[in-house]
Amino acid sequence: MNNVKCECGHVSPVGTVLCEACGNPLLEEIKQKDSPLDMRYEGAARRSQTYNKTIIDKVWNFFSSVKIAVYMIVIVLVASIVGTVFPQEMYIPVPKPASIFYEETYGFIGKIYYLLGFHNLFSSWWYVLLLLMIGISLVVCSLDRMIPLYKALKKQKVKHSVNFLTRQRLKAEISVPAEWGVKLDQLQGFLKKRHYEVRREGDSLLAEKGRFSRWGPYINHIGLIIFLIGALMRLVPGYYLDQYVWVKDGETKKVPETPYYVKSEGFTIDFYEKGDLPEDVGLDNLQGVIKQYQTKAVLYENVNEGLPGSEPKLQEVARHEIIVNHPLKYKDLQLFQSGQRPQAIAALNMTLVNEKTGDKLGKFKIDLYNPQTEYKINDTTTIKMLEYYPDFEFTKDKKPTTKSPNPDNPAFVLNVFSPQTPQGEKAWLFLGSYLPAPGTENIYGYEFSMPDLTNITGLMVRKDKSLPVIYFGCFISMLGLVMGFYWQHRRIWIQTQGPIVYVAGHTNKNWFGLKYEVLDVFKKASIPVSLVEHGKDGKKVD
Amino acid sequence: MNRSRTWMRLIILGVIFVGISVALYNAFIKDTAAVQANELAPDFILKTLEDNQEFQLSKQQGKGIVLNFWGTWCAPCREEMPALEKMSQEFKDKGVEVIGVNIGESDVTVESFRDTYHITFPILMDRKREITQLYEIGPIPTTYFIDPDGVVKKIVIGGPMAEKTIKENIAQILPQQ
Repeated sequence: MNNVKCECGHVSPVGTVLCEACGNPLLEEIKQKDSPLDMRYEGAARRSQTYNKTIIDKVWNFFSSVKIAVYMIVIVLVASIVGTVFPQEMYIPVPKPASIFYEETYGFIGKIYYLLGFHNLFSSWWYVLLLLMIGISLVVCSLDRMIPLYKALKKQKVKHSVNFLTRQRLKAEISVPAEWGVKLDQLQGFLKKRHYEVRREGDSLLAEKGRFSRWGPYINHIGLIIFLIGALMRLVPGYYLDQYVWVKDGETKKVPETPYYVKSEGFTIDFYEKGDLPEDVGLDNLQGVIKQYQTKAVLYENVNEGLPGSEPKLQEVARHEIIVNHPLKYKDLQLFQSGQRPQAIAALNMTLVNEKTGDKLGKFKIDLYNPQTEYKINDTTTIKMLEYYPDFEFTKDKKPTTKSPNPDNPAFVLNVFSPQTPQGEKAWLFLGSYLPAPGTENIYGYEFSMPDLTNITGLMVRKDKSLPVIYFGCFISMLGLVMGFYWQHRRIWIQTQGPIVYVAGHTNKNWFGLKYEVLDVFKKASIPVSLVEHGKDGKKVD
Repeated sequence: MNRSRTWMRLIILGVIFVGISVALYNAFIKDTAAVQANELAPDFILKTLEDNQEFQLSKQQGKGIVLNFWGTWCAPCREEMPALEKMSQEFKDKGVEVIGVNIGESDVTVESFRDTYHITFPILMDRKREITQLYEIGPIPTTYFIDPDGVVKKIVIGGPMAEKTIKENIAQILPQQ
């Protein structure tokens, strides 16, 4: 294929619609008409519109199509909506494998849902592939349009062909006024005052401003691509962490998937009190209105991290009072206040009593998280703990068991050894009650005192190294949007051809503003002009 | 001119496709699970319930190990205990040992459970759930069949396992006589 030569002598690459230098239409069928020219991408040669022979061309053309990009975006949006209809796999409420859960709970639709991968949509291969294809499309669409546009704008000459000037959407033809040379200088001055960059060639001029706004969409795309790269970085091991840890008051716990340990030095809930609010709020009863959740947290690093399971050697690295929105931060790690189990029972305070005599033999404390196997009451009496079910229930065959490892409904089997009961005396102990072994009459009973309470704080563990990249992408994207939205690329051509002065204007948006500027500079130079404006469709606008 | 354009486009598309392939590979094909079949089981050290002795996985080489993560609150774990106990008896002298890892429960709870179910194989107490996290245990029971070289041969997630399943998997980790 050959490059195309225009009447003006400029050689444009094959596929060019309007000559890069003078704007003259290069295709015969466009040249013959007199409707307004299609000024998209300055009539530059776009690869996708020019070549479609090889496979590479076809792949390129596929991705450079905005139409296909829109379809892909719509598919992703619809899929994202469908993905919220049933819970995602990680939020399945019962401990069942996904392959069974969806069909069992939602029937046939659930099975389809599972088979199509909607249960794990946001990391399913086709969803990610679509996102990536949208990413490619962004790059290719941008390159396919931006490079030719850039070249065309760079190569444009001051003098344009009449066929170009008379076929702009905004135009005028006036006969050369008296003292045209002086007037043109004046026009040039007024245009400069309006921040136009004016190029002059004899008695022709091209005034241009805001060309950078044409790059807005492409800068916006670069921002989106940076954003996408940031999102993909989360897949790289070590870049992203989303975990949770429950810590009792005073307890030190390992922060999952990190070499750190966190200790809670106390979790507190503050409530609003009368004095905290202005009196006329109308809330008399502030009871139970929470003001703040706070965890006094200490972060340790395990400096002895070697073999998992071996005794850690902890070194304090950070200390912070975590409240909502004010996490503990250390390097990339963040611990957020996120959950609470206040006033949880931590230990039972018991007294062993002789039911016959009413004598109190002694007190003992059962730690629900780590009960002892033996409690010494006095020199002659000990209690052995035989069984402990933190969350007591019966199995189907009526055997005692625990529903969970959390002490929500603790039950024990205790055995008292004393001079009166050398063989031991067994009893079940529940929260607030006890039960002798069936058919026996026990000597010993138990008295419950106020149990020890503890607060358990829930901390969300987050690490996200991709965040700066994502924010940067958002910023660039915003920059592009602002460039594209708040500025326009305006051009005004004034060209003298024999007895006629051709005036033409072009902008990528806000035609009203451009029209006003053209009229204004001509008025200031006292040259009467009547502008003709065509709509996009070529029809005259009044 | 034309040729250089084709090359340019080929290079751009090529770079994009390589990037995509890497991203997809990382996300889907490369298994990021902590423990995988045919790879070494991560080493750890834990104390046993019986005598508070330290048990280190890497020191068990030469023996096949059936590593069973369980908790007393988990019904399928309870149901597969008799089968595990039976297999532990059967293969004890053939160089395969069953090891239970209890997830974060108290001694009293586990001791009474052991006595109820007549368990004789060693039980390791993962009090801080560190090893449970290390192995990224999801649903329990989860059982690892580890060969005499310390390589995981089979991972069974969920249960209860039938005696037959246990036996078949033990066959893969029997030491050569």
